[in-house]
Amino acid sequence: MRRALLMMLIATATMLAGCPGHRAKDLPPSSTSVPESGAGAQSAGANANAAGAAGTGSEESPGPQEGALARRVVYFDFDSSEIKGDGTETVAAHAKYLAANSGVHVRLEGHTDERGSREYNIGLGERRAQAVRHSLLLQGVADGQISTVSYGAERPAVQGSDEAAWSKNRRVEIVYLK
Amino acid sequence: MHTMTQDSGLRRTWMRRLAASIVAVLIGVPAAHAELKIEITSGVTDPIPIAVVPFAQYAGTGDPAEIIKHDLEGSGRFKAMPRAQMSVTPSRAADVALADWRASGNDYVVVGRVSSLAGGQLAVDFDLLNALTGQQLASQRFTGAPNAMRDAAHRVSDVIYEKILGVRGAFATRIAYVSVEGQPPAQRFQLIIADADGENARVVLESHRPVMSPSWSSDGEWLAYVSFENKKAAIYVQQVRSGERRLVSARAGINGAPAWSPDGKRLALTLGGSNGNPDIYILDLSTQELTRVTDDPSIDTEAVWSPDGHSLYFTSDRGGGPQIYRVGVGPGERPRRVTFGSTYNARPRLSPDGTQLAMVTLDGSNYRIAVQDLASGSVRVLSRGRLDESPSFAPNGAMLIYSGTENGRAILERVSVDGLTGQRLKSDQADVRDPVWAPFSHQ
Repeated sequence: MRRALLMMLIATATMLAGCPGHRAKDLPPSSTSVPESGAGAQSAGANANAAGAAGTGSEESPGPQEGALARRVVYFDFDSSEIKGDGTETVAAHAKYLAANSGVHVRLEGHTDERGSREYNIGLGERRAQAVRHSLLLQGVADGQISTVSYGAERPAVQGSDEAAWSKNRRVEIVYLK
Repeated sequence: MHTMTQDSGLRRTWMRRLAASIVAVLIGVPAAHAELKIEITSGVTDPIPIAVVPFAQYAGTGDPAEIIKHDLEGSGRFKAMPRAQMSVTPSRAADVALADWRASGNDYVVVGRVSSLAGGQLAVDFDLLNALTGQQLASQRFTGAPNAMRDAAHRVSDVIYEKILGVRGAFATRIAYVSVEGQPPAQRFQLIIADADGENARVVLESHRPVMSPSWSSDGEWLAYVSFENKKAAIYVQQVRSGERRLVSARAGINGAPAWSPDGKRLALTLGGSNGNPDIYILDLSTQELTRVTDDPSIDTEAVWSPDGHSLYFTSDRGGGPQIYRVGVGPGERPRRVTFGSTYNARPRLSPDGTQLAMVTLDGSNYRIAVQDLASGSVRVLSRGRLDESPSFAPNGAMLIYSGTENGRAILERVSVDGLTGQRLKSDQADVRDPVWAPFSHQ
């Protein structure tokens, strides 16, 4: 019986293989682990973070759109996590809004261009996200309003292997959450 | 009432297992879009001439000779006699008139036959002859199921390679890699396992969010990897054969660069915490105990184990830019810098004998793969691309596989450690990257 059900699921999964969005729902959320020996210990690391673990539904909101607040991307020079130029204004605008709306949360997503080692780039992306976070904190935003994630080079905004593309990928995206 | 609660509890557990197995169910699904085609990019200037004679076949299975020829020529060190030039096709050593094969320009001759055994198994028998001396270098049989003939042929190639060149062959091995299709932000990521020649590609994980950094356990049974399926990085381990999958770390911040210890009991990994400062830790998989290895404000990541399990090599930019450091595993050990020369050295990988260190290095303005001899410190740049990365040694230590690019598409490339031979593995439809070469199987 179980085998027949599994076979049916295999058929269904194969049929749905081209269906976008399907996979995300099927993958178990991070706070659930397959019950095996040591399961209690396994999920300990995950449960410690369960409060922050993202669900698979849409948790993003459009957020404020007036003036500089419509700009959601801060760009960076090569090998740098220094906020400058337009980025300073952008961060300041969001800092002011967030400081005045302490119930609003944002996620800062850090990215790099494709050059060099992928895991080192995860570190660089995080460094950029943290730079924006520190700037927000200094401008009166509460720590609890901010979360960060680094995608390194894994989610480029623009495909291409020249400076035009790379300069668009070295960025932090400010994502408003519900 | 009590019985019903128990039943529904059990059903929930069972359904959770089923939900988890929907991911697992993807094992064995052929990787239709990310199948790899292999092509030779360079070989030695004087390849060894060898005749691989078509095997006497069992009807229905392919000719192992074709796979063996492909393996040997693909290595860049052999030149195989075309079948069209063979006027006779013996299948046993006793039937080989060596003088004739020598006269045709061959240094070596391989003959063989496939036969069926009781119980449905097939046997592949072969003989390897030195055409110049007359010596029989090998005479061996490999058995297997009819659908495992490719593997048997690769094992024959391994023996031929080793008998002639004195280096263990790595033809009967596997690789894992990541395939990416589509344009950002709507991309499909797959973690794939294939034979080392790119055949038999099978998807083991599929996601709409990035998957990266696969790492094989030293028994070849498990893969650890990083997945962003929950919109943040988390580390999973997955048993390849069963698809059983366990979440290993989903702590706040970065969870990255998992690396199995040689004894399979621990993972080195990178954790960033909510302050976002990546440092290296060791996680004991059975006790879940976490031991901190680095504690400083720089980026410390990409730790890998020395083969004796006593040291970790890792990337750190504590000196300003990324360099590779080595630290003993144990309390009170201090990291020592290992790489010099270039301003960028990252992503260390050790050869199986622990004497060579592969890395990504900045060579002028190009990111390339280099190998450093740990005893002498001498460094050789082995690759020639602009954006090469992710080197991984073959289990015989004689080759590296790495990520390269060609015409804007990510491909896999292989190069021998002496720099003399190279191949490309590419997909028509997908970018393929992050390759890792599996250890020798213990069968």
